[in-house]
Amino acid sequence: MTVIDSEAVAIGGVRQGWLDALHGWVTTVDHKRIGILYVGSALFFMVIGGVEISIIRLQLAQAEAHLISPQTFNRLFTMHGTTMIFLFGMPMLFGIANFVIPLMLGARDLAFPRLNAFGFWLFLFGGFLLYYSYLGAEGLYGAGSAPDIGWFAYAPLTSKTFSPGNSTDYWILAILVSGFGSMLTSVNLIATTLTMRCKGMTLMRMPMMVWIMLVVSVLVVLVIPPLTAAQVMLLLDRFLGAHFFDAQAGGSALLWQHLFWFFGHPEVYILMLPGFAYASEIIPVFSRKVLFGYPAMVAATVGIGVLSLGVWAHHMFAVGLSRDLNIFFTGSTLLVAVPTGIKIFNWLGTIYGGKIRFDTPMLFCLAFLAQFVVAGLTGVILAIAPLDWQLSDSYFVVAHFHYVIVGGLLFTIFGAIYYWFPKVTGRRLSETLGRWNFWLLVIGFQITFTTMHVQGLLGMPRRIYTYPADRGWEIWNQATSVGVVFQIAAVAIFAFNVWRSLRKGQIAGDDPWDAWTLEWSTTSPPPSYNFETIPEVQSRRPLWDLKHPDDPDGIHE
Amino acid sequence: MTAQTTVAPGFSKSPKGRVGMLGMIASESTFFGCFLVVYLFYIGRSLNGPYPGEVLELPIAATVCLLSSSITIWLATRALSRDRTNVFGLWFLATIVLGALFLVATAQEWSGLIYEHGLTIRTNLFGTTFYSLVGAHAAHVTIGIVLMTLVLVLSLLGYVHVRDSERVEMLSWYWHFVDAVWIAVFTVVYVVGR
Repeated sequence: MTVIDSEAVAIGGVRQGWLDALHGWVTTVDHKRIGILYVGSALFFMVIGGVEISIIRLQLAQAEAHLISPQTFNRLFTMHGTTMIFLFGMPMLFGIANFVIPLMLGARDLAFPRLNAFGFWLFLFGGFLLYYSYLGAEGLYGAGSAPDIGWFAYAPLTSKTFSPGNSTDYWILAILVSGFGSMLTSVNLIATTLTMRCKGMTLMRMPMMVWIMLVVSVLVVLVIPPLTAAQVMLLLDRFLGAHFFDAQAGGSALLWQHLFWFFGHPEVYILMLPGFAYASEIIPVFSRKVLFGYPAMVAATVGIGVLSLGVWAHHMFAVGLSRDLNIFFTGSTLLVAVPTGIKIFNWLGTIYGGKIRFDTPMLFCLAFLAQFVVAGLTGVILAIAPLDWQLSDSYFVVAHFHYVIVGGLLFTIFGAIYYWFPKVTGRRLSETLGRWNFWLLVIGFQITFTTMHVQGLLGMPRRIYTYPADRGWEIWNQATSVGVVFQIAAVAIFAFNVWRSLRKGQIAGDDPWDAWTLEWSTTSPPPSYNFETIPEVQSRRPLWDLKHPDDPDGIHE
Repeated sequence: MTAQTTVAPGFSKSPKGRVGMLGMIASESTFFGCFLVVYLFYIGRSLNGPYPGEVLELPIAATVCLLSSSITIWLATRALSRDRTNVFGLWFLATIVLGALFLVATAQEWSGLIYEHGLTIRTNLFGTTFYSLVGAHAAHVTIGIVLMTLVLVLSLLGYVHVRDSERVEMLSWYWHFVDAVWIAVFTVVYVVGR
């Protein structure tokens, strides 16, 4: 009992000997605590990335402004992109998976708990390494602090000639290290999913989230190494004088783009599929219906995973590929819309005729559905090579991928946090504050990113430091910047909500949402061993079976 | 079908190590895959010599050493699973020696290339791709030798028993993988690329 109590106290944040508490968190191999560490660090980096982009938006709010220097501007957008992808998105999805997946599978931990802790600390070290560049990269050369090469770091900009000093090296090493952590954690999740399921949990009875995270993990295992290989080549170029990306010695700058986007495009699905995963758990519970079309959903997930490996060069239409390649990558990219569309219709089918409860997690998922459809449609536009030639590297592209990552992923992440917070802490987040959080974020998101489409269509290129006043871009840029204010307010309310609910939030009980997956069958927060006895399941909704023994799911599946 | 595999006796003993190692191997495969593709892509694109046809010789002895070490490590793991720790130690030592001989052969090849032919990683694209691909493989051989030496020392100290045979088998999977990579490297560098 004492073990459970100290666990609960530590997670609830009530005072304990702080040195003991710190020691406990640093040395923990418990998947739940590592999950909390992941999510906490990810939120920390989200705030940093948000501050960076807020400064950029201040600079762009006026034409011909000189609030910051062009050099600082380049560093800020590089750090913003790198931070949000590698230090917010990836750790957030691994954190939620860490906490939830063993509970969903009826397991007591991940397959390799110590490897799990190692993966987390590698990621955090990578994050600190990246930000240490602000202090350390100046170093001996005095050639500038943080990296300023953009998050995809095209050659030859990264060569010693154009990026002297060490800032680029910090970027390379930080991503290399945290990528290694991601790869190990994914191997861990795969092994857990394939070998640690409780009795009766066949693959086709796994919660949809577990299926999707399995596909995500396989993608990470397959596509992080190409990024690692590219980073190793870049290091060899920079330090040993190799010629991988050196066009003067016969090398190819395009090679970097191929290797990077072979990682980079599946990475979009690595980030977005977890959003689908949270939506697939939340929407059924708040529609009071089973997930519509479970097998089709599994097939669509696997389909997206497979297709995502063959679409990377749609990021490279503008560099001038051959006609055949353009046709192939346009076609394969358009194909991705098919399984994605299947998913959208399955969620709609789940909601249709359901008894919808508009709690905060569901609100975020509904907004996700609407926004993600728009993101998908602009994606279809950009997939068509001739249109891409026109729109490439404009704010239209920026609007598109922020619609995916913010309108899709960030919204479902908030939904997931509101959904699982009661399980993690034992207390519910305030619904009133949750609604404020939601509506401010929706309004801010729409103002910021819808207007970006217009700037792009008007021809404003991405990553420009400032712009002349006579192009008609200023009013749209001002709108974009105003939207950021709403988003900051939304995040501030979220932070306040977490802080307040940890102390005064309504006690949640084991199953506050009347949900159906195994994590809701144990206490909130769960004991360190998760389940007193390993559960046994007969269907996809074990808790439904428990609550309705007269009408178990098994007879319908 | 999977329902049976999770509950079937024997299989659920400890498959997580196998799945984990297979995941690692899949990951490493795409890593080497990139270097192999880049090697193929850059064949014949060096702007200046020395070119592979002039300086590379088939590393027959090294290849024989490395490939036969796959057999010795298989004999070693088999001996351990039959609780014959002394036989295990001998075969394991043989594997380490064969791996080390492979590294010695690589070192000789490299020193010849560097000092006689003046080929370094910065000479031309051939040097760049050759040293990085063969070097990445040699680094994996080195890691394998370090891990096997660790296990051998633990075994001499009496810590390795039949119950550890599954773990040692996982190490042998890694070693087999390193061998398989060598077959690919050999084909690309010494057969196709020459």
